[in-house]
Amino acid sequence: MNYEELSLAELREKLDNKEVSSVELTNYFLARIKEQNPELNAFITITEQEALEQAKEADEFINSPGDNFPLTGIPFAAKDLFLTKGIRTTAASKILDNYIPPYDATVIAKLKEQKAVLLGKANMDQFAHGSSGETSAYGATKNPWDKTRMPGGSSSGSAAAVAAGLAPWALATETGGSIRQPASLTGVSGWKPTYGRVSRYGVAAMASSLDSMGAMATSVKDLAMIAESISGHDPKDGTTGEREVPAYSKLLDANIKGMKIGVPKEYFVDGMEAGVREAVEKAIEEIKNLGAEIVEVSLPNTKYGSLVYAIVCPSEVSSNLARYDGIRYGHSTSEGGSLLDVYQKSRAEGFGDEAKRRIMTGTYVLSAGYYDAYYKKAQRVRRKILNEFEEVFKRVDILLAPSSPNVAQPLGNAASDPLFGYIADQLNIPASLAGLPALSLPCGFASPPFQGGVAESATAGEDGVLLPVGLQIIGPQWGEQKVFNVGYAYQQATDWHTKKAK
Amino acid sequence: MLTPEEVRKIAQLARIELREGEVEKFQKDLSSILDYVEELKAVDTDGLDIVSSVTGLENVQRPDKAVLIDYQEGIMTNAPERKDRYYKVKSIL
Repeated sequence: MNYEELSLAELREKLDNKEVSSVELTNYFLARIKEQNPELNAFITITEQEALEQAKEADEFINSPGDNFPLTGIPFAAKDLFLTKGIRTTAASKILDNYIPPYDATVIAKLKEQKAVLLGKANMDQFAHGSSGETSAYGATKNPWDKTRMPGGSSSGSAAAVAAGLAPWALATETGGSIRQPASLTGVSGWKPTYGRVSRYGVAAMASSLDSMGAMATSVKDLAMIAESISGHDPKDGTTGEREVPAYSKLLDANIKGMKIGVPKEYFVDGMEAGVREAVEKAIEEIKNLGAEIVEVSLPNTKYGSLVYAIVCPSEVSSNLARYDGIRYGHSTSEGGSLLDVYQKSRAEGFGDEAKRRIMTGTYVLSAGYYDAYYKKAQRVRRKILNEFEEVFKRVDILLAPSSPNVAQPLGNAASDPLFGYIADQLNIPASLAGLPALSLPCGFASPPFQGGVAESATAGEDGVLLPVGLQIIGPQWGEQKVFNVGYAYQQATDWHTKKAK
Repeated sequence: MLTPEEVRKIAQLARIELREGEVEKFQKDLSSILDYVEELKAVDTDGLDIVSSVTGLENVQRPDKAVLIDYQEGIMTNAPERKDRYYKVKSIL
């Protein structure tokens, strides 16, 4: 049995019917990880022993009277930003190389209660800063579709693990585009929740007004099962709100006849790859054929999204990353000196370039004399973007757009460009700034472009490399069910989400 | 373009020691980010509030009740240097 080809619902059924045990499933995925991870580098830490213990407990739970939870006994991977009690959590930074959390993130605690099984901690861009996976202090993750290419980021390992079938699903996080962009580039389904839908407690903070905890899996139905398992109010995160969590997966409805769907023309940017445009337009056509009414809409402030983000994100980063002081936990310099030296040297040695860049950018734009011109201005333009979305959702139920203007790029492209992430995520950032829920779903394949008449990598073009393209579905705040329904309808009618990297 | 002095000042505020060549590197990198966002200054934002809470939640409170935290040792285990239940820091006086 190839368990990596099964959906979570199918795995649930097999576990409930005792056709397979959680221990068997866990061993199966651990074996796949051991076989493929040396090449893919999707995991920083593999938690084999803990996973097998958790699987044993899950089997006992399944064999005892009473209902199982949707994710009971099913293995998963967690981005290494989620604190896991007693298990090293690095945020892919050397500054946390030896950090052993004394408690679990709320999401991890919920999954433990539901007897889900943690396979390991997934690689990522350092502190989730980046859109390529290349800023990890533990080496870049490779894209399973073409191992000379990046999987996108920052949830690079989560995306690669699901795409390669090393885990049935993975926890991921998004601040700018860190779920949707890598999901798009690796051909998996990714869910970025409404801001506050899922608790941020115990997840290493990046930009607190944007950080959203979500997931990647192989279908919308799977994502809906995960969403109802990890969402909800958390007294430890004041931004979660007390809204009830609907049983998203049971309420899935593929009938989208008469639904009004907007296509914002600004998302089809100059420089977008032709193959991406074609695949996304075909997907929109498909959704139209399912009975939805498609209308072109205009969101003229879209172009400011990345610029606002380039100020707001580093500002919050500079504040959140001030806690890494070399005194309470994390890397501490072995060179002597004063207290100030300990701070300055520990941080210089522990942080990577991108973290330093964001901390320093934030420090500058928040400093006396610049705060109004940069930070406050950016937060006002953010209001403009928020208002624009609010207005458009009075006229349409949902927005459809490309997830990324391009397919996966060759590894190495991000390193030399300090603006790489801001540009890579330009189609994801506006929704993040407005706290909106969104999905990225596989919607076809495209060949990478030629640059200057020469294939940009040895494998591109000539031997017909095809790479996944992502369709983005954006909804109004708390509109998860609508977003899932459109995605579900699309996946009932198409089979792009079932294609696997070979 | 930021001056080398400005970069050194930012790094000092951010408590990051810069190494050989990093002043020039960050001078270039930070300036390119500041150039990138320059366009925002011309955007008309008259009458718009800044965004502080994206979902509109305000003044969220919880009961002022003590809860037991029983993992002090787990917290202290991560300290680079400690003495018993205390963090060890360089003398500042």
